[in-house]
Amino acid sequence: MTESRLPDLGERPAPAASGYDRGSALPTHVGEPIVKVGALHKYFGENHVLRGIDLEVRQREAVMVIGRSGSGKTTLLRCINFLEEPTEGWVEVDGVRLQADPLRARNRPHQEQIRQIRLRAGMLFQEFNLFPHMSVLDNCIEAPMRVTRLSRDEAVARAEGYLDKVGLSDKRDEYPSRLSGGQKQRVAIARALCMEPKVLLFDEPTSALDPELIGEVLVVMEDLAHEGTTMIVVTHEMHFAEEAADRVVFMEDGVIVEQGPPEQLLRDPRHEETIHFLRRFIDR
Amino acid sequence: MVAAVGERPRAQILIDIDKARTSRRRRSRLIFVGVWIAILGGIIGAFASTGNTDIEWIAEWAPFILGGSGITILVCLCSIVLAVVLAIFGALGRISKSPVAYAIASFYVSLVRGTPLLVQIYIIYFALPTISPLLILPAIPAGIIALGFNYGAYMTEIFRAGIEAVPRGQIEAAEALGIPKRLVFRRIVLPQAVRIVTPAIGNEFIVMIKDSALVSIIGVQELLWRAETSGRPALNILEAFFIAAMVYWVLTIIFSFFQGRLEKRMARGDR
Repeated sequence: MTESRLPDLGERPAPAASGYDRGSALPTHVGEPIVKVGALHKYFGENHVLRGIDLEVRQREAVMVIGRSGSGKTTLLRCINFLEEPTEGWVEVDGVRLQADPLRARNRPHQEQIRQIRLRAGMLFQEFNLFPHMSVLDNCIEAPMRVTRLSRDEAVARAEGYLDKVGLSDKRDEYPSRLSGGQKQRVAIARALCMEPKVLLFDEPTSALDPELIGEVLVVMEDLAHEGTTMIVVTHEMHFAEEAADRVVFMEDGVIVEQGPPEQLLRDPRHEETIHFLRRFIDR
Repeated sequence: MVAAVGERPRAQILIDIDKARTSRRRRSRLIFVGVWIAILGGIIGAFASTGNTDIEWIAEWAPFILGGSGITILVCLCSIVLAVVLAIFGALGRISKSPVAYAIASFYVSLVRGTPLLVQIYIIYFALPTISPLLILPAIPAGIIALGFNYGAYMTEIFRAGIEAVPRGQIEAAEALGIPKRLVFRRIVLPQAVRIVTPAIGNEFIVMIKDSALVSIIGVQELLWRAETSGRPALNILEAFFIAAMVYWVLTIIFSFFQGRLEKRMARGDR
């Protein structure tokens, strides 16, 4: 039934996974590919949510994924660290490559591989998901102490560093319930950074925030991007994407329709769907 | 009086409304306490007027019966701890994807909920020792095991609900940090679930204070046992059981008060 609305895949050359296929030069600061996604499919029951995604993200690159709700962008992000087991395809993060295996998803070796990927890919959620029964500092040192086996002193020192980076070192002993939404998301960012992941995955990090609190989170993210943190960000903040992205990826109906540098994709999109989608956002 | 309404400043009217409300509330509370005292006084008066009430006996034996409340509380505290531990494992089994764990937990819940507590007490204290002398237990531990075992089954469902009430995002956030599943449960899910079910545990504890009377049957020297052993031989049955009833009642009132405060504090908590 939905078939008629789908973009005609046959007549369009599939975009190269790296996104730098149109002769646009690779930004000089980016390095080798660190996240690779190949032929990724995801079904929820009958619903074909991801329909063959190929994507490569390079070191120090900030990639923003945009698209309508329901286009599969959040699912793509959640498939990268296997919060959703893809139905088909593979994911590679920092050399750890994992083939989707929905039938054996609960097997121990598969779970351990997933954990290895998660240690390399930090995730930020729309709802922050701070642990409410732990102080800000405990939120930050829990995983480094229990997973990376850091000593408490080392973990605290590291956490203090990252809390300082997000501007919240004075809140280290507060409980999450006493923080504003923007502060919670900044703590969540510090918590993710404490595991020193190779890439940060942001799933609409400002969508649950009051408008006046969005800015403080975006500032932190922009700083991270400019410092060369590798990140994949699902977002509706087009101005932020324009400022901070090295590359913008536009998704629709479970495929990557178009991607490129922000000034090209946001200002001069080539595909009908992209133009149509962006009409709502970009002021002419 | 009628004409004054328009002339009085509005602030004064608001204060008056507030005062009227407070005094109304105070009056209802006073009436409430008065009615309770009247009923209680009526009952005690009725007993006293029969002429069968032995005040001297009460003065002599009330402290002995009252002393049983210590054992009652001790037995209940130990039992509730055992019940919580069993309930955590029971709940884990009930949400487990392993069919074996699920079957064991369901069997436990079904068996315990399908048989009377009194029968369970008899089996643990009288029947098990006939299998092996190793299973001979003193009365207090046997009572604690019976109560804990029984309440663990009922509380399994409470804990299951509590664990399932922890938002999915909490587990996802922990797993996304690379924390292994076992630790995710112990460090993230369980503490939050315990918070959620703490008021319910308090409630179970209060119910247990009353059910603990059943372990008097195997000679645990708690409230009811003391009432019975002191009252029956002396034929002061009415006095003895009346005192026991009052002590149970007061205990539940006291713990209900604390449980209510706990509940309020939990409701205020995070989020």
